[in-house]
Amino acid sequence: MGVMTESTGTSATDSGHYDNVACPFCGILCDDLAISRTAGGLKVTKNGCDKAKAGFERAVASTGPQIAGKPATLSEAVAAAAKLVKSAELPIFGGLGTDVEGMRAVMSIADNAGGVVDHALSEGQYRNFRVLQSGGWVMTTLTEARNRADLFVIVGSDIHQLHPRFFERIVCNERSMFSDNPPKRTVVFLGEGLDQSAAKSTRIGDVITIPAKGERIGEIMVALRAMAKGGAISGDTIGGMPRAQIEDLLARCQKASYGVMVWAPPSLSFPNADLTVQATSEFIKDINQTSRFAGLSLGGNEGAVSAGAVCAWQSGYPLRVSFASGKPHYDTERFAMASLLANKQSDLLVWVASYTPGLSPPDCDVPMVVLGTPGLALSRTPAVYIPVGTPGVDHAGLIVRCDNVVSLPLRNLGRSTLPRAADVLAQIEAAL
Amino acid sequence: MLIKLTGGKVYDPANGVDGVVRDVYVENGRIVSPSPGAKIDREYGLHGSVVMAGGIDPHSHIGGGKVTIGRMLMPEDHLGNEVARTALTRSGCGHAVPSTMTTGYRYAEMGYTAAFEPAMLPANARQAHMEMADVSIIDKGAFVMLGSDDFFLRQLAAKSDFSAVKDYIAWTMHAAQAIAVKVVNPGGISAFKFNQRKLDLDEKHVHYGVTPRDIILNLARGLKELGVVHPIHIHGCNLGVPGGVETTLETIRGSSGLPIHLTHIQFHSYDTEGDMKFSSGAARVAEAINSHKNVSIDIGQVMFGQTCTASGDSMRQFVNTRSADPKKWVVMDIECDAGCGVVPFKYRDKSFVNALQWAIGLELFLMVNDPWRIFLTTDHPNGGPFTCYPHLIRLLMDKTFRKQVMGTINQDALKYSALATLDREYSLYEIAIMTRAGPAKSLGLKDRGHLGVGACADITVYADNPDREAMFEKPELVFKNGELIVRDGKIVKVVNGATHVARPSYDKGIEKSLKQYFDDFHTVRMENFRLSDDEIINYGQGEIIVQPTGARTA
Ligand code: SF4
Ligand SMILES: [Zn+2]
Repeated sequence: MGVMTESTGTSATDSGHYDNVACPFCGILCDDLAISRTAGGLKVTKNGCDKAKAGFERAVASTGPQIAGKPATLSEAVAAAAKLVKSAELPIFGGLGTDVEGMRAVMSIADNAGGVVDHALSEGQYRNFRVLQSGGWVMTTLTEARNRADLFVIVGSDIHQLHPRFFERIVCNERSMFSDNPPKRTVVFLGEGLDQSAAKSTRIGDVITIPAKGERIGEIMVALRAMAKGGAISGDTIGGMPRAQIEDLLARCQKASYGVMVWAPPSLSFPNADLTVQATSEFIKDINQTSRFAGLSLGGNEGAVSAGAVCAWQSGYPLRVSFASGKPHYDTERFAMASLLANKQSDLLVWVASYTPGLSPPDCDVPMVVLGTPGLALSRTPAVYIPVGTPGVDHAGLIVRCDNVVSLPLRNLGRSTLPRAADVLAQIEAAL
Repeated sequence: MLIKLTGGKVYDPANGVDGVVRDVYVENGRIVSPSPGAKIDREYGLHGSVVMAGGIDPHSHIGGGKVTIGRMLMPEDHLGNEVARTALTRSGCGHAVPSTMTTGYRYAEMGYTAAFEPAMLPANARQAHMEMADVSIIDKGAFVMLGSDDFFLRQLAAKSDFSAVKDYIAWTMHAAQAIAVKVVNPGGISAFKFNQRKLDLDEKHVHYGVTPRDIILNLARGLKELGVVHPIHIHGCNLGVPGGVETTLETIRGSSGLPIHLTHIQFHSYDTEGDMKFSSGAARVAEAINSHKNVSIDIGQVMFGQTCTASGDSMRQFVNTRSADPKKWVVMDIECDAGCGVVPFKYRDKSFVNALQWAIGLELFLMVNDPWRIFLTTDHPNGGPFTCYPHLIRLLMDKTFRKQVMGTINQDALKYSALATLDREYSLYEIAIMTRAGPAKSLGLKDRGHLGVGACADITVYADNPDREAMFEKPELVFKNGELIVRDGKIVKVVNGATHVARPSYDKGIEKSLKQYFDDFHTVRMENFRLSDDEIINYGQGEIIVQPTGARTA
C-alpha cells in the first residue's frame, strides 16, 4: 500500500500551520480545525473542543517496540507478532481503533490468518446494526439536520459529553440554506441526567426536559407510536413520565416540518437497548407516512464507523466475522470479542488502538499483540507491543463519519514519525 | 512481450469486424500490429473461439454508501453464498449485493473488464471510490448525482448565469472524480425532504419553484456545452409508476434534440391498461427511441429471484417500502445533496406485476432497432444481480429458449405485453455492441470496448457454444491490460483496475462562491469535500485515466 505524503512538511521539527483539519477524536469528524505545529508540539488554534485538544496536543513519547516488555527493533517485533498470529488457533483482531487503510490491513491479515474481527465499541454499534438488519429505518445526516430540522429530540444519550461540538455545529447554527430568517428550533431532552448546557443559542426556542429512565424510553416510543395511530393508552404516566408530557411530545413530532431523533448508541447502556432503537425507528417510519422525520445516529468514536463499513463492504457483514473456515462466517453473538474471550475460544488478541490512550484491551488471559498509540493504558504486559501513529496526527488517512455517508481525509500533521498501523499489519501479514 | 491470439472469430463492432477469423496481437498491454517477422513470445491457439473486447457494464451499483447499506441490511443474502479465500483471491460473499472483491472477481470471471457506478452522491463520493478501489481487477468509474442538491437548485431558482451553472457541474465532476453526471428523480429527492410525495415533469418544487423539466434541460445542455461525452444520465420522474410511460415519452419529446440517456427505462415504461391498471408501454417507448436519435437507453431488466434494490430515489423508494421482501428497508435524506432508499425485493415469475416487468424489459430489447443506443443492464442489483447477464443474453439470442421461459411465468401478464409476437434474435455482433462497443463509445472511453490497434488489451475469448448462457458465463480466456487474468472462468491472476474520469474545464472563480457556501451551511469544508488524485492513486493502488472531453462552448 502506498504512503500518503503531506506537502506541508512531515518532519517533527519543522513548524507548520494547517487549516481545515479534520478531527478523528469523535465520530462527527469536525473538519474546520486550525492547528499549528512548533517544536513544542501541536496546538489547536481554532475550533477544537477539549477532546480534540487532548487528542492533537498530546505529546507522544518516543517509545519503541517491545517484546515481553523488553525493547526490540520493529522487525523483531513484527517477526514475533507474526509467529504468534501464525500459531494461534483463533486470533481476534480487536480494538480496531484505526482508519480505512488500517482496517483494510486488518481485514487482509484476518482473512489470511483465519481470525475474527471486532471493534472495541461494537456493543454500541450492534444496538443499531440489529435494528438495521431486522427492520431498517429512516435516517438523516449532519448537514441535512443542521439546515432542515425544526425539532430535535435527544433520545437517552449524553450527546454533549460524547460529541462536544454537536450542538454548536448542528443545532445552534444561526444560518440555514432554506431561509434567511430560519425559524427557532425546539430541543427535547428525552432521558435522565442529560447535559443540556450546550443547547443555547438564539436559534433555539423551547427546550423541554422529559427525564425518563433510559430503559423506559422504549416504552415511551411504543406509546407514541400507538397514540399516533389513535390507540388508547391508559394510565397517568407513560414510561414513568406524566402522560401530558408524552402527549405534548407527540403533538410536537406531528407538527414538525422536519423532526430529528438523535441518539448515540454507546450512551444507551442498558439491557436490550436495541429494542429502544427499534421502537424509535418504527415510530419515525410511521410519522413519515404523512410528514417528514428522521433518525440521526451519532457515536462512532475510535474509528468504529470505518471499521464497520470496511468490514461490511469487504466481507458482507459489519464486524463479528470469523475467517477461520476460509470464508466469512457471521455470528453476532459467538464472534463478539467479549464472548469469545469469556468462553476461552480465542488464544490470541491482536489489539489496534491508534487514537486515544484510553482504548485499552479488555482484561483477559490470552497473549496480546498490541499496536497502540504511545501511552495506551495496559493492565498487563503484552507479548508484543508496537507503537503506531494516530491517523490524522502522525500520518494521513481516510475515515468514515458517524452517519455512514460522509468520509474525510485525515492529514499528516507531523507530530511524530510513528508508523501506520496499516503498514505494521501488512508487515506482520507478509511474515506469516 | 508479444502475445498472439491465433485463429479466433473476432467480433469488434467499433471497427466493423463481424465474426471474421483473424489473429490479434498484444504487446505492453495494447493491441498492436507487429512488424513482419517479429518474435512471438506467447501464442494462444483459439481455433474459432469467439473474441471480443472485455465487457463494459455502463450501469451497475458496485460502490458507495447505499450498496454497503444493502450489504449490511441483508446478511441472509450472503448466507450460502460465501466464497472461500484462495491463494490468489480474498474471501467474500453475496448474491444480490456481493462484497467488493467478490464483485470484481465475478465480473472478471464473466469476461467483463469494467463497470461503472451510476449513482455517486457528491457527499458520498469518497466512500464510493474507496469501495470501488476494493472491487478487484476491473476498471471502474462513477457518475456523480446532481439535480436534487441545494447549490444547483438555488442556481436554477436564481436564474444564475448559465456559465456559472456549467462551472458548478464541471467542478462537481472534478471534486467527485466522476466520468459522467446522473440525475435521479430530478428535484424529487429534494422535494421529498419538503414532504412532496411526487414530482411530475412539469410540477414545481415547493421551495425552489423549478420543475424536473428545467433540471433535465439545464443538465443536458450544460454537459453538452462542457464537452462531456456521456450525455446526462437520467433516472426519470415516476419510477415504477403505472402510467409513468407518459412521463418518459414527454421527457424524450421535450429533450429538444439534446443528447440524453434514459436509464433502466424498463421501470419507466409502464402503462395503465387492463383490469390491473398495469400494462406494457414498451412499444410506445421503443418507437419514440427509434425515432429520436439523440436518445440512448439501458434497460434495467428484471430477473426473477431475490434481490435488494438500492437507489438514490428516496421519494419513490419510500413508496416501494410497502413491497419490501423481507420486510426491512432504509430510506435516507443526505446532506442537502441527495438521498437513498434501499429496499429488498423478490421478483416472482408467478406474480402478474413481476412477470410483466420482465416481459417489458425484453420487449424493449427486441423492439429498439439500434444496438448502439441500448445497453444491456439489470441495473444491478435493482432488477437483479449482474451475474444474470449470461441468462439474459440467452433470452435475447435464442427465441426458442425465450418461449420456453415465457411458458413458465404468469400467463395473464403476457396478455398485456407484445413479447409473444416478437421473433427477433440478437446476433453475437449486436451483443458485442450492447455490452462493449456501445457503452465505451457512449462513455467516451477512447481505447476501450474495441480491438483496433492501440486499444487497451482488455480481451475476452468465449467458446462458441450454442448454449449462449453457458458461453457467456464462463469465458475461456480473459486478458486485462494484456495480462491473462481468467482461464476457463477462473481467476488466474489478480490485477488492479484503473479509475476513469472526465475533466471538463471550469472557471476556478466558482470556488469562491462555493467556499463561502460550504463554510456557511455544510459540515464539511470545500477543501475536504474534493477528492484528491492521491487518495485514489495511493489508497486505491490504482491509476486514474482522464478520458477526453470535447471543447467547452461558451
Ligand atoms: S466534537 Fe468531536 S470531531 Fe469535533 S472537534 Fe470535538 S472531538 Fe473533534
Ligand atoms: Zn441504477
